[in-house]
Amino acid sequence: MQLAVLVIYLAALITPWLFVQHQHRTAYIMALVPAALTIWFATHIPMIAGGEVFIQEYQWIPGLDISLTMVLDGLSLMFALLICGIGTLIVLYAGAYLKGNPAQNRFLVILLAFMGSMLGLVLADNLITLFVFWELTSITSYMLIGFNHQSAEARKAALQGLIVTVAGGLALLCGLVMLASMAGSYSIQEILNTPETLTEHPLFVGMLICLLLGAFTKSAQFPFHFWLPNAMAAPTPVSAYLHSATMVKAGIYLLARLQPELGESGLWTVLLSSFGAMTMLTGAFMAVRSTDLKKLLAYSTIMALGTLTLLIGIGTETAMIAFAAYLLAHSLYKGALFMLAGIVDHEAGSRDVTLLGGLRKNLPLTAILVAVAALSLAGIPPLFGFVAKELLLEAMLDGAFHSFIFVFVMVASIFVVTVASVIALRPFFGAFKAPKAEKDIHEPPKAMLAGPIVLVLLSLVAGVIPGTVGNWVTLPASNAVAGNVVDGYLALWHGLNLPLLLSGISITLGLLLFKYWDTFRNRLKVLDPIIARGPERGYFWFMDAIVWVAEWQTHILQNGSMRNYLRTIVLVFVGLTGYTLISRYQLHWNWDVDLYFHEFITVGILVAAAIAACVTRSRLGSVAAMGAVGFSVALIFILFSAPDLGITQILVETLTVILLVLVLFRLPGFSNVSTTRERIRDAVVALLVGVLIMFLIMITIDVQLFEPISGYMIENSYTLAHGRNIVNVILVDYRALDTLGEIFVLALAAMGVYAMIKFNPATSPGANHYAGTLILEEKKLAEKDIIHSLEEIHQKMLEDQNIISVGAMNNRNSDEDGDEEQETLASSYDEDRDHDDSQAAKRLEDDERGKKDAAQSDEEGKKS
Amino acid sequence: MMKPGTIILYTAARFLVPLQLLFSVFLLLRGHNEPGGGFIAGLVAAGAFTLYLFTFGAAVTRDLMRVDPRNLIGIGLFIGMISVFPAAFQGQAFLTAQWWPIMLPGGTELKLSTPLIFDIGVYLTVVGATMTMMIALTEAEER
Repeated sequence: MQLAVLVIYLAALITPWLFVQHQHRTAYIMALVPAALTIWFATHIPMIAGGEVFIQEYQWIPGLDISLTMVLDGLSLMFALLICGIGTLIVLYAGAYLKGNPAQNRFLVILLAFMGSMLGLVLADNLITLFVFWELTSITSYMLIGFNHQSAEARKAALQGLIVTVAGGLALLCGLVMLASMAGSYSIQEILNTPETLTEHPLFVGMLICLLLGAFTKSAQFPFHFWLPNAMAAPTPVSAYLHSATMVKAGIYLLARLQPELGESGLWTVLLSSFGAMTMLTGAFMAVRSTDLKKLLAYSTIMALGTLTLLIGIGTETAMIAFAAYLLAHSLYKGALFMLAGIVDHEAGSRDVTLLGGLRKNLPLTAILVAVAALSLAGIPPLFGFVAKELLLEAMLDGAFHSFIFVFVMVASIFVVTVASVIALRPFFGAFKAPKAEKDIHEPPKAMLAGPIVLVLLSLVAGVIPGTVGNWVTLPASNAVAGNVVDGYLALWHGLNLPLLLSGISITLGLLLFKYWDTFRNRLKVLDPIIARGPERGYFWFMDAIVWVAEWQTHILQNGSMRNYLRTIVLVFVGLTGYTLISRYQLHWNWDVDLYFHEFITVGILVAAAIAACVTRSRLGSVAAMGAVGFSVALIFILFSAPDLGITQILVETLTVILLVLVLFRLPGFSNVSTTRERIRDAVVALLVGVLIMFLIMITIDVQLFEPISGYMIENSYTLAHGRNIVNVILVDYRALDTLGEIFVLALAAMGVYAMIKFNPATSPGANHYAGTLILEEKKLAEKDIIHSLEEIHQKMLEDQNIISVGAMNNRNSDEDGDEEQETLASSYDEDRDHDDSQAAKRLEDDERGKKDAAQSDEEGKKS
Repeated sequence: MMKPGTIILYTAARFLVPLQLLFSVFLLLRGHNEPGGGFIAGLVAAGAFTLYLFTFGAAVTRDLMRVDPRNLIGIGLFIGMISVFPAAFQGQAFLTAQWWPIMLPGGTELKLSTPLIFDIGVYLTVVGATMTMMIALTEAEER
């Protein structure tokens, strides 16, 4: 099973190469992968139906209890079949739908990557692995929704989907970790088989809320449903796949998976039923308002997702049977309807039902397929949707609090019948209406029709032989959700009973509503202001609030003043550490220290240099004073027998002083920008840190929290690490990983400094910043500046010091024309001379500009 | 193209730089038993090149170094990473030190080891990083 997931990822990986050769036909080749996997999963049906569960163990990070173990039971199998089966059809469909789109290979890669992630999600046994796949589906779906990335609307929708699902994912991670800590294992199988009940645990409520946040955002439950209709900005294959059969059902999958363990909780039942019912009603209501085919379908998907959540919440055996059947039925007809909506859009040029009409003559096959799929959506026999709807109504009537939920379900089913009629009849009957000319509208290529045909036929066949489908596919899934073997069967004809009557009522009322749909829709416009204040408003308000908070805290903390940063960091450090020190430890004053005379002198120099650095009025003076401080510290290191530290300190100090001197010229002139009060405040802050550090050192001498590890290091330095210099042994052996990290940091810092200097037009005029790459123009020197040999440097130096006059130097050069060495050098440079001259002129200009810039920044510096 | 230097600096640099570089290698190799090591040695070498830089300017120093200091960083990190893996192939934890002592004729023991390789990596990275900054700053100054 791990292999199955891997195969899909590998297929995604090789797609770009295949695409170079086969163009849009790549999709037809790639469809073979999920097709083969569908067959492979299908071979497991008899065993799974017989009650077997396949477990394939595979360790990933055993130390953290994270494994890639995968489990195939009834629920996973049904999902796997849907993912691979519908996936095959979608890949075929995408091949034709996006034919000629240059980004088609990117699309296929992401689509296959999504498929692999989704398959991993439903097979994973480990909570963390499940979460990883969960987030992978979020990320791939972000890229799929934003596939038309030139469109601002698509980008916005993709980002919205990502933020909502990933925010939920974060909550989910908390929930999963809490669940694992409660149950004592990250394995779902072990959690489900744990004998103790988790409902009594103090963390239970928090865990449940976190889990549900994750599942509800992913599965577009009220009040997070708004991202799903917006995600319709995605190309149709994506909507058909992600937003009908797979990704949005991930949340439902998780709920179903954990139902056996958590279903006993009263809170679970209440939350799932109420949010499910609310989502169902919202979806149905919003669907009736819409006129865009894809929006109609999206809202009816939200309704279906709400129904599924509701069924899990009810939690009776009948509800479990209905859950699996409804899930299967919905995936079949909704996938087909989305693809068909895409065909209508593709061929007729619009998805708005008010702009379409009479297409049945041009698209006869499409019209029939839509009609049959819509019958399944409306729940009309002999389609599988009818079987599922009967079971749903039966489960409602059995359920605990059926009175108010029952009303919701009835209203929703009436609306769904209306929606189904709108989809099936509006675009295809009546007078011809379409943005495209009538003669241009014709049936799409076979690859696009294959998917809807297969899915519609499956709906029909499953409706005719529901018993077989039930026994082989949905009942094993119901067993997995219920946690025991459910007693029930699927049938088309349950006899004349209450559900059938209710079905009849809802169909009649639904059709009636369809007749007056336009008037109804106009009446509903009264509610528009209320809808505009829906949960999506909350999302935008939240996003604005994030930006506002970010702006506010940046203003306070990141205001660009170096001294402000330092003060903030230092004061926080003093506050936290000081508090801990005072509250936990006792200070012992220990003045009884022997100090030698030379130690007094060193400390005296140190203090004097530090004070000098603070009060000096010249930059160079402060650099020198800082250097003196550094060297005194190095001296102290050496006095207290840490030669390595001492050497390092001296070298670093030397290089720091050199660096400071180098940048000294760049700094604006020395000026006093702070008032006396500010200086006093800064002095207080500095004193606070100094005193704190002093206390820290005194306490580290006084208090020994742990056995020091230096003993171990000293003992084993030579025997284990073959080195007598413990400092170096620590650096390269005991703590080599730290050192490795440090040299990487050092490298990054050097790159940062380099970039800062070279990217700055003032210091590096020739730099080319095109496309984010740094391409430095080769620095061209004027001929007179080129130094060919050390000898010449010597000459130049003498010249500068007026030991040899400039004229003499030139004469000397011309005299030495016969000199062999000199001539070869000169000739090699002669070749470049012409080129050089033009470059030199340009360089002069650049220099001028650079100087101006520098002068300007100097002035600005003074002003501020 | 170069800063005005003094003849003392110029003469001293020509003699000191090779000595300093040699000393840095000495520090690098003895580091495991006596004060020294890759980091210190790298700083000494960087100091040597900086002296040269101050005396003769950036272009000549680049010429002396032969390798672009930026590349030196990469080489250093790469060598540092190389020392990580031998232990992994032995089934031990990453970075566990491996020793391959070789007896040279004359009774001298040459202790080849991954810590030594690692130290060389540190050395090159330190030289590269310091010189990248120094040369970049000097070049900005010279313009």
